[in-house]
Amino acid sequence: MKKLMLGNEAVARGAYEAGVRVAASYPGTPSTEITEFVAKYDEVYAEWAPNEKVAVEVAVGASIAGARAMSCMKHVGVNVAADPLFTASYTGVNGGLVLCVADDPGMHSSQNEQDSRHYARAAKVPMLEPADSGECKAFMKEAFALSEAYDTPVFLRLTTRVAHSQSLVEMEDRADVPLKDYVKDAPKYAMVPANARPKHVLVEQRMAKLAEMAETSPLNRVEMGDRSVGIIAAGITYQYAKEAMPNASFLKLGMVHPLPTKLILDFVSQVDTCYVMEELDPVIETHCKAIGAKVIGKEKFTLLGEYSANMIRAVLTGEVPQTAGKADEPVPMRPPVLCPGCSHRGVFYVLKKLGLRVSGDIGCYSLGGSAPLSSIDTIVCMGASVSGALGMEKARGADFSRGTVAVLGDSTFLHSGITGLMDVVYNKGTTTTIILDNSITGMTGHQDNPATGFTIKGEPTRQVDLVQLCHAVGVDRVVVADPFELKEFERIVKEEVAAEEPSVIIAQRPCALIKKAHYTGSYRINDKCKNCKMCMKLGCPAISLTESGPVIDETQCVGCGLCPHVCPFGAIERVGDAQ
Amino acid sequence: MNIMIVGVGGQGTLLASRIIGNAALALGQDVKVSEVHGMSQRGGSVVTYVKYGESVASPVIDEGQADIILAFEELEAYRWVSYLKPGGTLIVNTHAIAPMPVITGAMAYPEEIVKKLQEKQVQVTACDATRLAQEAGNVKAVNVVLIGVLARTSSVSKEEWLSALRETVPPKFLDLNLKAFELGYSI
Ligand SMILES: Cc1ncc(C[n+]2csc(CCOP(=O)(O)OP(=O)(O)O)c2C)c(N)n1
Repeated sequence: MKKLMLGNEAVARGAYEAGVRVAASYPGTPSTEITEFVAKYDEVYAEWAPNEKVAVEVAVGASIAGARAMSCMKHVGVNVAADPLFTASYTGVNGGLVLCVADDPGMHSSQNEQDSRHYARAAKVPMLEPADSGECKAFMKEAFALSEAYDTPVFLRLTTRVAHSQSLVEMEDRADVPLKDYVKDAPKYAMVPANARPKHVLVEQRMAKLAEMAETSPLNRVEMGDRSVGIIAAGITYQYAKEAMPNASFLKLGMVHPLPTKLILDFVSQVDTCYVMEELDPVIETHCKAIGAKVIGKEKFTLLGEYSANMIRAVLTGEVPQTAGKADEPVPMRPPVLCPGCSHRGVFYVLKKLGLRVSGDIGCYSLGGSAPLSSIDTIVCMGASVSGALGMEKARGADFSRGTVAVLGDSTFLHSGITGLMDVVYNKGTTTTIILDNSITGMTGHQDNPATGFTIKGEPTRQVDLVQLCHAVGVDRVVVADPFELKEFERIVKEEVAAEEPSVIIAQRPCALIKKAHYTGSYRINDKCKNCKMCMKLGCPAISLTESGPVIDETQCVGCGLCPHVCPFGAIERVGDAQ
Repeated sequence: MNIMIVGVGGQGTLLASRIIGNAALALGQDVKVSEVHGMSQRGGSVVTYVKYGESVASPVIDEGQADIILAFEELEAYRWVSYLKPGGTLIVNTHAIAPMPVITGAMAYPEEIVKKLQEKQVQVTACDATRLAQEAGNVKAVNVVLIGVLARTSSVSKEEWLSALRETVPPKFLDLNLKAFELGYSI
């Protein structure tokens, strides 16, 4: 039966059909749904790990113990998981091990645009790249087979448009892949120098064999058409090029590391002009040029953002699209914003009011940096808020810390903020850290984490106690507060920032989009309104300014009850059922 | 056939593209649906695509390539109208949602968008789908009202649309959605 499936769902289906037994991941757009779909299969153990490094280590352990195992992450997740990755390349596998990594050209939901293909090269691990959901499933199964055949972890690389597009997939049954025996084999799995040196030799031999395989593997295919234009492409770029130039000749690469040599030279020799089209970095192009293939790549195609069929057509034929019409006045942008009812809104309102410097982090609360709240100074990577604030203090002195807070979410704190907090205590910093505990991993679409009390399969489990955790690393001043009680929250922030020792404020209120929030009804602004516009400072998308003053859009208001706290005239009143 | 669905994060555009994709399956053709997840879902401008035909390569619709744009909000219709082919159809919900630059007063919300587009000879079908959804029982059904409007213009039969609806929406919301569909279908 053929079914419309998201690329990520098809990857999960492929893993299931390949007999995967263990999946350990940390969420990250655009990879998150793979693990969510895998978790639906009863035969598979799935987990959200606290971060990508832990996730990959769990998968490596499962593989060594004889199970087919996988781990999924977004491109920047590989940075976190790079340590186990580079050495798992040396140990190789017992049960097949596949790491799914989803890149985000165009940065739909990311802080950078790094190209994960470099990791395949650097870690000496093969990498497959599917171009639609059908290939997502097929390549995932092939990845497990290659992993066991060549004794290597295998990367499956996706990009946003493959991960988040649906196309037709043929379902098959799950293969019966028994657990392999576990046999103690320290020379293979215990990487001390004496064992690692001979393993490095084997890694190089393995990559040479894989490069040989790439010459004839059906993963790479030639589609000869009009020989005046040849195009070498992989993944989604192949689809764009195919749409733009359906009659051209193609070398479609399904394996992007290692790359074939003879196959490429042979293809290039058969066409008049050969282009390499690849989003982001010139990985295929650099290889082509190194082997002496005459190709055109980044001379004509950008290093930045996503490609498209229109863009390829424009470069190759100069064709400009006709359209039905265009707006001929500036159309206001619509950037993402904190949702109506967002628990983070109160915190940023207070931080803005107090004029504090905010060492920010990555999560929904990154949106606290946009107008009108505009209260974030820095965002680098997950966890960097706490350690970054300590660095600021060490550079400019403890007084600077009296005007600075670090802000991060519950999932981010457990991912990598806790290590920064240890550093603050250990190295005698005085930073104030605000943990935005909305009881969920919000940004990536509501995943559980070690502080929510539930596993990925929805089973109740032991919850990390954030207060005790902070105490345990040596923070004596830990306060739990409701960020919607604005006056009290403001008082607490002032007090903690002034303290000449490390402190943590846990701002606790559930995400407005989860059941736990149970908001009902909505609010409206009555005729007591004096048009002072205090409520506009909240940056709530449900409140907008009209000629007669601010109004609340009842279709957007969730009834969270924050705005009445900022109205000096008591002009904001509840409508509908009481809370 | 290239159908583009544009709107504001949280309006249910994703579910709409899935319903349209499932309905297109009934034609026995190749189908691709491209979705948006993550950051941009948070009240930002969101775009999804449904493409079907003999064989579909790219899941994305570029400027000047859409046969139909289904706009959940007026400003979004205006933003994306250049993606419509000459002669294409724009279906638009006239309900306005102010974006943050308008809320903060940095920019004004353009006036009389539908009229301006009609003056440019763009084929526009406009209705207040948000009000119709409220009439059906819940603003959240705005996506299905608009699908009802779309269904009338499409080569997929009404029965196929209804069965796609049944397949995609959770059973407890089915009655509400069937009502919303009819309200859109009969405008
Ligand atoms: C290394 C890395 N992994 C994953 C992500 C994707 N990501 C961005 S924010 C975030 C978690 C946000 O959760 P939380 O800290 O609880 O804040 P919330 O969004 O709920 O406010 C994730 C997983 C990332 N940016 N970097």
